[in-house]
Amino acid sequence: MASRLEVRKTYKLYIGGAFPRSESGRTYEVTDLKGRFLANAALASRKDARDAVVAARKAQPGWAGATAYNRGQVLYRVAEVMEGRRAQFVDEVSRAEGHPSRRAESVVEAAIDRWVWYAGWADKIAQTLGGTNPVAGPYFNFSIPEPTGVVAVVAPQESSLLGLVSVLAPVIVSGNTAVVLASELRPLAAISLSEVLATSDLPGGVINLLTGHVAEVTPWLAAHMDVNAIDLAGVDDRALRTQLEIAAADNVKRVRRPDTDDWTADPGLARIRSFLETKTVWHPIGV
Amino acid sequence: MSPSPVALIAEPGAVGDVTRSDAALRRFLHGLPGVDQVGADARAAALSTRSIKTTAKAFAIDLAISMIDLTTLEGSDTPGKVRSLCAKARRPDPHDPSVPMTAAVCVYNDLVGLAKDALGDSGVKVAAVATAFPSGRASLAVKLADTRDAVVQGADEIDMVIDRGAFLSGRYLEIFEEIAAVKQVCQEDGATAHLKVILETGELQTYDSVRRASWLAMLAGADFIKTSTGKISPAATLPVTLVMLEACRDWFDATGHRIGMKPAGGIRTTKDAMKFLVLVNETVGTEWLTPDLFRIGASSLLNDLLLQRQKMATGRYSGPDYVTVD
Amino acid sequence: MPTPFEYAPAPESRAVVTIASSYGLFIDGEFTDGTGGSLKSINPATEEVLSEIAIASDADVDRAVKAARRAYTRVWSKTSGAERAKYLFRIARLVQERSRELAVLETLDNGKPIKESRDVDIPLVAAHFFYYAGWADKLEHAGFGSNPRPLGVAAQVIPWNFPLLMLAWKIAPALATGNTVVLKPAETTPLTALLFADICRQAELPPGVVNIITGAGDTGRALVEHPDVNKVAFTGSTEVGKAIARSVAGTDKRLTLELGGKAANIVFDDAPVDQTVEGIVAGIFFNQGHVCCAGSRLLVQESIADELVGRLKNRLGTLRLGDPMDKNTDIGAINSLEQLERIRHLAGVGDDEGAERWTADCELPAKGYWFAPTVFTGVTQAHRIAREEIFGPVLSVLTFRTPSEAIEKANNSPYGLSAGIWTDKGSRILKMASSMRAGVVWANTFNRFDPASPFGGYKESGYGREGGRHGLAAYLHVD
Repeated sequence: MASRLEVRKTYKLYIGGAFPRSESGRTYEVTDLKGRFLANAALASRKDARDAVVAARKAQPGWAGATAYNRGQVLYRVAEVMEGRRAQFVDEVSRAEGHPSRRAESVVEAAIDRWVWYAGWADKIAQTLGGTNPVAGPYFNFSIPEPTGVVAVVAPQESSLLGLVSVLAPVIVSGNTAVVLASELRPLAAISLSEVLATSDLPGGVINLLTGHVAEVTPWLAAHMDVNAIDLAGVDDRALRTQLEIAAADNVKRVRRPDTDDWTADPGLARIRSFLETKTVWHPIGV
Repeated sequence: MSPSPVALIAEPGAVGDVTRSDAALRRFLHGLPGVDQVGADARAAALSTRSIKTTAKAFAIDLAISMIDLTTLEGSDTPGKVRSLCAKARRPDPHDPSVPMTAAVCVYNDLVGLAKDALGDSGVKVAAVATAFPSGRASLAVKLADTRDAVVQGADEIDMVIDRGAFLSGRYLEIFEEIAAVKQVCQEDGATAHLKVILETGELQTYDSVRRASWLAMLAGADFIKTSTGKISPAATLPVTLVMLEACRDWFDATGHRIGMKPAGGIRTTKDAMKFLVLVNETVGTEWLTPDLFRIGASSLLNDLLLQRQKMATGRYSGPDYVTVD
Repeated sequence: MPTPFEYAPAPESRAVVTIASSYGLFIDGEFTDGTGGSLKSINPATEEVLSEIAIASDADVDRAVKAARRAYTRVWSKTSGAERAKYLFRIARLVQERSRELAVLETLDNGKPIKESRDVDIPLVAAHFFYYAGWADKLEHAGFGSNPRPLGVAAQVIPWNFPLLMLAWKIAPALATGNTVVLKPAETTPLTALLFADICRQAELPPGVVNIITGAGDTGRALVEHPDVNKVAFTGSTEVGKAIARSVAGTDKRLTLELGGKAANIVFDDAPVDQTVEGIVAGIFFNQGHVCCAGSRLLVQESIADELVGRLKNRLGTLRLGDPMDKNTDIGAINSLEQLERIRHLAGVGDDEGAERWTADCELPAKGYWFAPTVFTGVTQAHRIAREEIFGPVLSVLTFRTPSEAIEKANNSPYGLSAGIWTDKGSRILKMASSMRAGVVWANTFNRFDPASPFGGYKESGYGREGGRHGLAAYLHVD
């Protein structure tokens, strides 16, 4: 039987709900672990990063203003749509990460289940992390968690899908918007995920996905004065990490340092907490 | 609040405008800025930490004595009781003629004539409670007759009560008209009795109501606004006095006319009195630090002021046997 | 004819406190000499030298960190939460017992009115230790997982505006969570921290658990850059906070920052006007405006602006500026000549930019550092005095027309520490509060503090929270 020639996909960026090529017109070759050509990915430039931040900022108030119930539903919808494209993700993860398909299946399943886990958190964060404070006076005083704002995320390099989902979901579940730089050498599952996001009721701009060089793009994100926080999960180079932290200090960004490679473990609340602010409100109690 | 009632009332004819109907009066009173209870309490508490020492204290003690409406309002009041009260008012400390007289004695209206005789031309005024004091539950005719009775006997000042029931049910114009009618009686046949309007703030409960009632009384012609009858607790608290003084201040800003203020009930110690004077000083200013514009309705306060005065004069603590019981 | 009711001087006695002519460094449970020279701590109200203070050199800093490490490893990490709690309760009680002494010393060293150190600072210090004492043996219930663990040695650098209170905000949660500390008070206000060392002695706190080292910027830098500290906590200027963030870059040190602010205090036309005026005064003139969360930008609805500012000016006329030790003083001294010059400079910028300056009519003492309460009207968002933290008794008044304009202007700042809202309408309060990009929102009140209430900023006002359950996270490994 003559084999059919596969119709390939053009892998693009995902910014503001659209799929543009890099404004620079550049691409880079993505291969599997054995060096075989998989695709050309867009090589994002600083201007793409800038556009992504603008899109994320624009989307942020609306996403934070949506009800927690609604955000939870959207995250669950992401899981539903991902489930439908399970085979594609297994294939991409398998090829990118060199896993046998059984292992790739379990990684994809874990990634889908992670969306479900975080979906359930959306309307429980405030109750878990906030509360009323018994101050010594006639005041009603309460603290609520609020999203930090626009978060730049450098996705883990090795775990191109589960790692990505594990850093992305906790950022957006609370109402942040994200600019995420996918695994540099393994970006294809991330791009497919952005296609899922685009069809999952997630408002455009809530997640913006870039593919490209960590060393080229991250300094622009770390130094960007309209980015409120940065997750350095995928910055493996110690010197670069230091440089990014220094740049991040310019507007007192919240910095989450890399701390794990084990994306199968129970995530806990730490990542959600990293991208929250606590607002405390006082009001007198009187007649 | 735009324009604010204060600005509004400054317009010519404004008083007539806001009192021309129940609806207009309600709109005006409910348009006054609110009072945050916790904030008002905190302000009064902060002022009560002022430390009044040495020369300031000596000045303030004499000032406080001169502001007292020395009061007896008991069913058991007798001519003898009122005569000794008047003697005390004229000469609070028999051993020390430098102690000023009190501003007035305050009695029920059947004892006004007696008090007038006892006080003679001393300058101590006679204040009479009227208008079915303390409840105010009587017809307007009875209240006016009550007032007239006191005025005819020579009362210099009338301490009337407002109808709190009418206030709480929102019949503001009725209260306005009642105060105005009483005021008219105070000035009948050439009389010049000053009118103090008792709000009975302990029954109004909220500072919003206290502020509205203060304005209502001032609009209707009160010469003084007064916190309490002394028969209801709480009576003259610091924050209630603060809120009423703020109303006096705002009225003055709008009209250029100074209304007096009288806290009454529960003020028993020199320390209390100092706090009230500080409140006056820092809310309406020194112009109000005169018996013409500030009174304290009290009875036992006078002796505590005298004890403190003796302490300041001699440097040692005095005792209750060194002041007269009445 | 009424006689003016002048309050006679009512000075608090300074006899309750003994100030040594010089102080060393409190390291490992005892005072030792420093090797970095010395500086003088002065009373800013009189310019009198209060004491000579050791400057900790790099070697001294190292000694202090080593002491803290030793105490952490050998003692404190092995001390149960219940025992740590009891030490903190002891400290709280000792602060209460010595509150008058502490208040007087704070006022002498800082210049703040005695009524504030007596009624605000010191009571809050005791309350803070009481609050965190109770947490020490309940950390597994604090919502940070079943096994919250201390970080180790905490380097803490605090400012001069609330010297002992900031010490309490730093030390109480650190000790409750099982960390040991090296704390550096500000160079102009070290004395209450050094008296606190004596409280640690009376509490029989194990040596090295709390170390107090004095000095200026170099000492602070050496402390936060010391390789063996696990945690850096800083309260102070945004500029220094950024420098510290850069200095810990690439390390594993945990960092919390409580930095500057330029809070909007927003007044709507239905505000409870007299309490609003009080809140504006408390917002910007409390502690001479040396408050990071001060309500330094008054945003008032245009329709009531003139009337409100008029009332405010009348009220400011009653403020009593002068001897901080007088119990009736409302406005004390500016903490240092350097700060006074900064305030003067920025007020001058306000003049140059065309804002209208009004100053309360009060006589300034001849000696010491003073700045009369000042209000600038006609200020816009483009003025520097509406954007930069002045950290002094200077209020900038701006106007708005609609709630959305108020929100936009309030948030139009790199800072985000606090905000105030004044209106009688409940739903508007909640809308405004939720729209503020600020960590503390005071609605119909301002500048209230409580140990149970988390405090800290958004954006360039810093990160991390102090106070409440949230304040524990800064000193724990959390899940």
